[in-house]
Amino acid sequence: MLAGGILKGLAVTARNFFESFVSKERLTTVQYPDERLPQIEATRDFPFLVYDGPDAMAGLRCVSCQICEKECPPKCIFIEKSTDRKPDAAGKLQFYPAKFNIDISVCMSCQICVEVCPFDAIKMDVEFELATDDRFGGLLLDKQKLAKSNEYYHRIHPTEANTVDGKLAAARAKVAAAAQPKPQVAAPAVAGSEVKA
Amino acid sequence: MNSVQYADQIFVLLKQWLVSLFPAPLQTAVGILITVVTIICVFPALFAVTTILERKGLGRIQNRYGPNRVGPFGIFQPIADGVKALTKEDLVPANADKIVHFLAPVMLVIIVFLAYAVLPMGRNMAAVNMDCGLLFFFAIGSATEVAVFMAGWSSRNKYALLGAMRAIAQMISYEIPLMLSAVAAIMIAGTLNLQQIVEQQAGYSGILPHWYVFTPWGLAAFLLFIISATAESNRSPFDLPEGESEIIAGYYIEYSGFKFALFFLGEYLGMFSISAIAITLFLGGWSAPFSFLAWIPSYLCFFGKLVAMICCFIWVRGTLPRLRQDQLMNFAWKFMLPMSLFVIASAVCWRYAESWQRWALSLVVVAVPYLWLGHGMMNNRKLEQRVYRYAE
Amino acid sequence: MTLSFLIPAIILLIGAAAANVLRNLVHCVLALTLTFAGFALLYLGLGAEFLGLVQLLVYVGAIAILIVFTVLLTGGGVQGERHVLSPRWFQGFVLSVLVFLLLGYGITKSSFTTHAATSVDSYPVSLIGDRLMTNYSLPLEILGVLLTAATIGGVVLAIREPRQQTKESE
Repeated sequence: MLAGGILKGLAVTARNFFESFVSKERLTTVQYPDERLPQIEATRDFPFLVYDGPDAMAGLRCVSCQICEKECPPKCIFIEKSTDRKPDAAGKLQFYPAKFNIDISVCMSCQICVEVCPFDAIKMDVEFELATDDRFGGLLLDKQKLAKSNEYYHRIHPTEANTVDGKLAAARAKVAAAAQPKPQVAAPAVAGSEVKA
Repeated sequence: MNSVQYADQIFVLLKQWLVSLFPAPLQTAVGILITVVTIICVFPALFAVTTILERKGLGRIQNRYGPNRVGPFGIFQPIADGVKALTKEDLVPANADKIVHFLAPVMLVIIVFLAYAVLPMGRNMAAVNMDCGLLFFFAIGSATEVAVFMAGWSSRNKYALLGAMRAIAQMISYEIPLMLSAVAAIMIAGTLNLQQIVEQQAGYSGILPHWYVFTPWGLAAFLLFIISATAESNRSPFDLPEGESEIIAGYYIEYSGFKFALFFLGEYLGMFSISAIAITLFLGGWSAPFSFLAWIPSYLCFFGKLVAMICCFIWVRGTLPRLRQDQLMNFAWKFMLPMSLFVIASAVCWRYAESWQRWALSLVVVAVPYLWLGHGMMNNRKLEQRVYRYAE
Repeated sequence: MTLSFLIPAIILLIGAAAANVLRNLVHCVLALTLTFAGFALLYLGLGAEFLGLVQLLVYVGAIAILIVFTVLLTGGGVQGERHVLSPRWFQGFVLSVLVFLLLGYGITKSSFTTHAATSVDSYPVSLIGDRLMTNYSLPLEILGVLLTAATIGGVVLAIREPRQQTKESE
């Protein structure tokens, strides 16, 4: 029929109209501030610093190696190394960052800092509602604001956090095993090494 | 009179009572004033309701909510829109022709309101019962083109002028099928008086009404009329002159604030008045759809049909893409004009034949040209080498 | 000199005077449109409903637009004038007064003023249709032929261009 296309189109829109009142797939709007879509696990927004244990500043995994600061493409990380050392989560004395600032108005969420950190200290957060009206300091996050607990990390990225925890536990176990006092086979070992050499 | 008639004539009686409160020399003036004030209050209120209905309706068609923040389900959105329009800065371009720029929206709104004077909104409820009421309506409608031109030209903006020229060309082209399809209804009714046209359709045979839309020529004429009405009020899918993604509001680009609101009001009021004429000519005006529903007051029937037509306009707006200028001109001159001439011929067959032959004959006289012209329009899309014409 | 004559007459005269003396041509056309509307009001005041409404429909709705298109297509709406009146407004004014006197003389000397006006309150429009089909059917047919000729002329003018274009491109 000649005007058939138009009539089929009208039928489609009418169907859309009536079904939008009953079925969710016809009305896919999520009314943002009141309802939110669940985020997938691989979501990333801006970095944060992981700390183990109850105390944020004492448990920070970051040892201020400054690799992330050097690798960051837009140079949005500012680190000031401390002058003294304090024990980290495994008990070893390490430097710690006296100041750790990330300017999130510059950060482009490329995740390079996360990829290069040897200590799994910096990870990507999923929070995006960071708008502020303080234009001179509101978007510069310091160490206090960046430090979030390992439990929080487990909540937002469970599989990643489990992998990291497993790796850290294995490393700690190896360190603990190597720190065991050696058994009394020192003489044959030395003799054996003398023979080899 | 019994309660059904009382409910039907309640506004007429109310007006008569109000007029009788004044001394005799002032009575005609007061009567006119009451009618005018009522029209000025009712139709802009209907406009406000239509804006929210349209935005929510279009939203639902497009898989989203419409506005739903202001008031429950967004019903106070027109108030917010009104406040915005009133408080926005009124920018007039420095080069613009100030007097004409000011007068264009004023003239448009005046002309559009004038057209409401002859609409029969209920039994005995037309503001002015003119003998050539329909001709008055068409005359007023053709004066809107001057206002459109004034708006487009006074902005001293080439795109506004281009939009105005397109709008005028579209309005002129679609006026002819509009009037010719109305002529078919006038011929059968035998009068230009809108009240009498409605009264002729107010009879029933069994339970079915005598509306002209239920006859073959009437259905064709009604479809032609509403397509032309959509084009006359620059409404989607014929809204190229004011398309937001094409020429960003066309002839009223340079208007902001209250003047823009006046253009918007003028466009919607024009849509209402032309739908009201379509209802009067083809859908039986204020008469009820079935004889057992004749107890419904006439003004409720009229406004119910008007709201139904507005919903159809919104539905079509949400469905069809915009027509290009040459496509819509082709459609007007090559399809609708010959079709409307055949509709007149079909109405003649209806008038002069009897019983089943008149149904068959008028149906054939309408259907054959429809198929023939329709195929002609669709087969014209020959792929040919594009010839470029440069402006010399 | 009733009010129903005076008001349309004043509107008409203002429109006509403005159309003569304004500098910007598009303003003149808009003033002319006002004159046409004044005419329509005069006809309506005289009880000629059909004629008044057709005057609005044809003159204001179609002919004013036609004149506007003509002015724009021939480059008349040039911008940049700062004066409101054209430089030769006095000559235009004198000329129109002379034409008015001539027409007035012609009208007063004719037989229009000696016959009493037969007042008709208002006639039904069907009477016009009746007369057109019976007494005045020859003028109606001539009008039809004229309109058909105009339409065909328009189509011929529009068709000629592409044919020339394709001939040049071959």
